[in-house]
Amino acid sequence: MDSFIVISLIKVVVVFAALMTTLLYLQWVERKVIAHIQIRPGPYRVGPHGLLQPVADVIKLITKEDLIPPHVNKTLYIAAPFLAITMALISISVIPFGPVIEVAGYKTMMQLTDLNIGVLFVLAVSSMGVYGIALAGWSSNNKYALLGGLRSSAQMISYELPLSLAIAAPLLISNTLSLRELVERQSGGIWNWNILHGPFPQIISFVVFLIAAFAETNRVPFDLPEAENELVAGFHTEYSSMKFASFFMAEYANMITVSAMATLLFLGGWVAPWPAAYGSSLVPTAIFAFAGVMALFHGIHPARRRDRHTLPVFGIIFLVIAAIFLLPAVQGWLVPLFWFAAKTGGILFAFMWIRGTLPRFRYDQLMGFTWKFLFPVAILNLLVTGLLVALV
Amino acid sequence: MDVILFLIFAIIAVVCAINVVVQTHPISSAISLVGVMGSLAVLYLLLGAEFIAAAQVIVYAGAIMVLFVFVIMLLNAGAESKKGRSFMVQLLGVPLLIGLLVLLGWFVQRLYPAGASMHFGGFQGGTARDVGRALFGPYLLPFEVTSILVLIAIVGAIVLARKEMD
Repeated sequence: MDSFIVISLIKVVVVFAALMTTLLYLQWVERKVIAHIQIRPGPYRVGPHGLLQPVADVIKLITKEDLIPPHVNKTLYIAAPFLAITMALISISVIPFGPVIEVAGYKTMMQLTDLNIGVLFVLAVSSMGVYGIALAGWSSNNKYALLGGLRSSAQMISYELPLSLAIAAPLLISNTLSLRELVERQSGGIWNWNILHGPFPQIISFVVFLIAAFAETNRVPFDLPEAENELVAGFHTEYSSMKFASFFMAEYANMITVSAMATLLFLGGWVAPWPAAYGSSLVPTAIFAFAGVMALFHGIHPARRRDRHTLPVFGIIFLVIAAIFLLPAVQGWLVPLFWFAAKTGGILFAFMWIRGTLPRFRYDQLMGFTWKFLFPVAILNLLVTGLLVALV
Repeated sequence: MDVILFLIFAIIAVVCAINVVVQTHPISSAISLVGVMGSLAVLYLLLGAEFIAAAQVIVYAGAIMVLFVFVIMLLNAGAESKKGRSFMVQLLGVPLLIGLLVLLGWFVQRLYPAGASMHFGGFQGGTARDVGRALFGPYLLPFEVTSILVLIAIVGAIVLARKEMD
């Protein structure tokens, strides 16, 4: 019992630290990706390739003056960002990152807790997240913030329906609500993943899920709640310092959660695309070794003067990581973690890619799209899936 | 442990429920109601009814109350004033409340003797699978009738709103 508590505490600390670092650097990655889409270098001054920019941003946000405008409803104004960030961070506790592993004699899951109703838990927590945004908009006592909060709650209620229906279809195939079992049912290879497997491949519900997830996280092209050319900054207009940062972090944490959910539900979680017997465990080594060699090559032939020193260092780091993936002692948990991170990261990259390419919806288009198109498509998909599961 | 958790969340539920009535601002009342729903979900969880608990949060706290808050925000309802309470109500309210509580307690005592009460953690059949089997097995007819009732209510709401629009 005691060792259970100690292990759980260690796991909480590790997962929280990893999540916070990811949140920090996801923002850097997004700025870099969008910058390269728009043919500019992005953050470049603070640290090599702007790698210390997130740290600088955090220091800036913490040391900023924390203004509370005099006309706000104070209790709810302070509670709203806490609510948003808490609900965004809680759902990570049921996300499994890898299989059951053994560390120093203790068997433990790469997951904080395995609930029987993991999928429902994530849905419940994310549906509570609306309050943070809605209350922030209302308590600010500002018309732009109020409009942002109203738009956000209407949008999230509407898109929750296709989202839940899109989740229900793969659950019918996997026949479980536990996220861990969901992944275990998809093991074996890419042909067993829910997106390709089963009596009815879940490609449609995967696309519906992704579209609804974009709307749930208030991302482009559904970022109406904070449309800056209409609403200044939407629901967080009146927030500054760490309270603003809480909303910012909540948005990124929600992005990570929905990407992880898409990975677990449709893309087989930490399962490799083909069995390890055919060399799938060598893929991470190959990718990192290739990246290392590329970085070394460009370090020897630098395009910019600064690259002469930074790129060889990155190259050596990548090669060391590639070597670590070959160690049999860590392969058991590092390779599944790599596949999970690669799939989740791929979906996160799609989030950024779409932000860099698509314009914003108009509000009536946004509502018409979900009620007249997405919702019927999700229902039809669920009906066909249910029928085929019952027949086969 | 179970009893301590029950006491904590039962007290939160009751305090929030009183707060719903006491608060003058509709938004504060609605938020208190969310608190009631949330602590009820925890009580269901303590009884082992995990699916009901999740459904409680998703449907009541997550969907219905968000709609409440949305409508209150949309109408921009201001704070109500506490006026117009009659002398008789103030005089008789507390004794009547105590009488009602005593009566309720007496009924519960009579209907459920000490041996028959439910213990925390001892409840079986609260998983999603059990609930599904119950809904589509012995309770299929009531379940379908309820769903048709809900459908009628939705259609009725649309018809009423239409009339207003024309």
